[in-house]
Amino acid sequence: MTTEWMGVIAMYGLTVLLAIPLGKFLATVFKGEPNAFDFMKPLERLIYRLGGVDETANLSWQQNLRALLTINLVWLVLGFTLLVMQGSLPLNPDGNPSQTLDLAFNTAISFLVNCDLQHYSGETGLTYLTQLAVITFLMFTSAATGIAAAVLLFRSFIPQTAETVGNFYVLFTRAITRLLLPGALVISLVLVFSGVPASFDGRDTIITLQGDTVGVSRGPAAGMIAIKHLGTNGGGWFGANSAHPLENPTYLTNMVEMVAQMLIPVAMIFALGFFVNRKRFAWMIYAVMTIGFFLLLIPTIISELGGNPAITHMGISQSTGAMEGKEVRFGPLASAYWSIATTVISTGSVNSMHDSSMPLSGTMELLGMMVNAFYGGAGAGLLNFYYFLIIAVFISGLMVGRTPELFGRKVEAREIKIASLVALLSALLVKGGTALSAWIFVRYGGASDWAVAPSAWLNNPGFHGFTEMLYEFTSANANNGSGFEGLGDNNFFWNYATGIVLLFGRFIPIVGPVAIAGLLARKKCVPASSGTLPVDTPTFGLMIFAVIFILTALSFFPALTLGPLAEFFSLK
Amino acid sequence: MYNREGRAWRTRPDPRKNLIDIMKSHIGPAIRLTLVMLVLLVVIYPLLVAGIARFAPGAGKGETVTANGKVVGYAVIGQKFTQDRYFNSRPSAVDYNAAGSAGSNKGPSNPDYLTAVQARIDTFLVHNPGVSKTDIPAELVTASGSGLDPDLSPAGARVQVARIARVRGLPAARITELVDQHTEGPLLGLFGPSNVNVLALNVALDQLR
Repeated sequence: MTTEWMGVIAMYGLTVLLAIPLGKFLATVFKGEPNAFDFMKPLERLIYRLGGVDETANLSWQQNLRALLTINLVWLVLGFTLLVMQGSLPLNPDGNPSQTLDLAFNTAISFLVNCDLQHYSGETGLTYLTQLAVITFLMFTSAATGIAAAVLLFRSFIPQTAETVGNFYVLFTRAITRLLLPGALVISLVLVFSGVPASFDGRDTIITLQGDTVGVSRGPAAGMIAIKHLGTNGGGWFGANSAHPLENPTYLTNMVEMVAQMLIPVAMIFALGFFVNRKRFAWMIYAVMTIGFFLLLIPTIISELGGNPAITHMGISQSTGAMEGKEVRFGPLASAYWSIATTVISTGSVNSMHDSSMPLSGTMELLGMMVNAFYGGAGAGLLNFYYFLIIAVFISGLMVGRTPELFGRKVEAREIKIASLVALLSALLVKGGTALSAWIFVRYGGASDWAVAPSAWLNNPGFHGFTEMLYEFTSANANNGSGFEGLGDNNFFWNYATGIVLLFGRFIPIVGPVAIAGLLARKKCVPASSGTLPVDTPTFGLMIFAVIFILTALSFFPALTLGPLAEFFSLK
Repeated sequence: MYNREGRAWRTRPDPRKNLIDIMKSHIGPAIRLTLVMLVLLVVIYPLLVAGIARFAPGAGKGETVTANGKVVGYAVIGQKFTQDRYFNSRPSAVDYNAAGSAGSNKGPSNPDYLTAVQARIDTFLVHNPGVSKTDIPAELVTASGSGLDPDLSPAGARVQVARIARVRGLPAARITELVDQHTEGPLLGLFGPSNVNVLALNVALDQLR
């Protein structure tokens, strides 16, 4: 047990130790200052030239948003087209079929928005071509998009009035050439030398020692699994994601994949501090997020190590903790840690099956996604944190009778309207979606003209079944991608409903904060005085935490009581 | 038209013209940048990784295990062992067919699931007389996340030693020794749990004869 604790402590410690220097490095990358990766410059110039991008142009926030949305639209069309045609395209050694329209709609959006909700299993639902040209490609580009959007936001913290906020294309390209691609290459190497497949050979068939004939799915997985974590994407090469022994073969790969997925979200906080030269502010954000993370982690660890009380009743001691849906080589502790890390940041990869988590762990996993700003996804976490920040500035400004202002710029009605709408939208999407699905489940349960009758959606009865639906919408809205995978989600309703939620859940939280930042950047900057509310103090940190807690509790607590909390109190 | 403050509304541009403008200024770079990135990320990157993987164990195709000159499995993928003469592996939702992978996704309070767990406990006790319930490790009666878990905890292997010794007519001490030899400690002796690879253990068990 001691070594399991040490493993978890080492994973968190390594993450922070690496994130601080990485944050410093990223600040130089995005400011365009000289750094260790300047040898990439010729490659970047080539990319700009072939891509038709003017790297010297400085764009307004509207132009940047248009650039971002336009290129995302191109990727969506590309992804969708390849997925519906994959069956008749090359690199399909296992002869897998094309995706249906509704499934391709869901899959293309899901990977475009860095969510990676998967309503298929990689072994049968994709070909090697789409695993690479759609899935791996979007994993890189969606992470780079999130990072670029966050850097556009950083600019608004710099105290000078500016109409222009940077260049999306340049930030996007640098995120790939100087961070994601080199990082993914290093991680790939660790993975392939630990036994993760990388060749293009198709499925193998073997006769086992006991004499059974079984298949073994393979493929060029290592490169995809590296960026899946580094870019906080989370979609698995195989159906079982990082619980699969070829996707995550050893405790070493587990540590590497874990550190990789938390690295950029944490580094981006420090990058913000270095970028705008407000290190105390960055540490305040880090402290708030870290407290939130541990408040979710500790109950999860306790409940997983405690085991399933219903199985304890049968006389099984469960000295190692709850094992349903978990792998022996990781153990319940590293699985519990992963389940919270992957839900607070928006990775959504799993090394244990969340559907079989203890009810209290399920609650914490859901809360991690509902807040979605304790570290959060690559770039996206800070964007989400930003609207909590704006609301906290506004409320505390009103409380002490000062004009609400952030870094010398007044926060006024227009900004606060955008921030509130973004904050309320997630509650509407999650609870509205869950309510709709629950209504269909009850009203049309036995409808035989549906491809999958709604009564067959759920893998578990009672409160847990409700949680399966709640989790799916929460995951879609948070762009997380993990699931209570017992849910029968590859059908018309779930593919379209979550696909739409995914789009809103991604682009509104990008457009909102970048628009606020753009509006703020245009305002006149008033120098800080004794009348200025400092935003880098512990008091203000507590204020943000209170805002996050109250908004989340008010929005989601009723839904949680109907699902995992009810199950918790009924499980004996 | 005027709003409340008496300022003129910003004249809205013709939406169609606006769209064309956006297309003109952004669609070109969007498509061209996409093509460049496709070459870099979808062609060069995976081929580079696949190339390097040729020097890794298993040459990037997955490392296999051989017994008596025959490939009997993949080193890290679990197999179904239900016969009494082998160390049994964990229950699996996909019956250890690695053409797919999945957990049971059963919730902790699901009555059908709990009945199935009870049945596994009873079956285990029938096949392993003399073992008391409290000595059965949880992993032997629960399905893994992947359905392909290659491992057992050391306790999960030891609890089966008496049965295997009886079925194979070997001294229990030799089999316990074999389990100890096949127990992998924590990473660097520091991080994570100990475990036993069931396939490697059973291959070695066959060679004891």
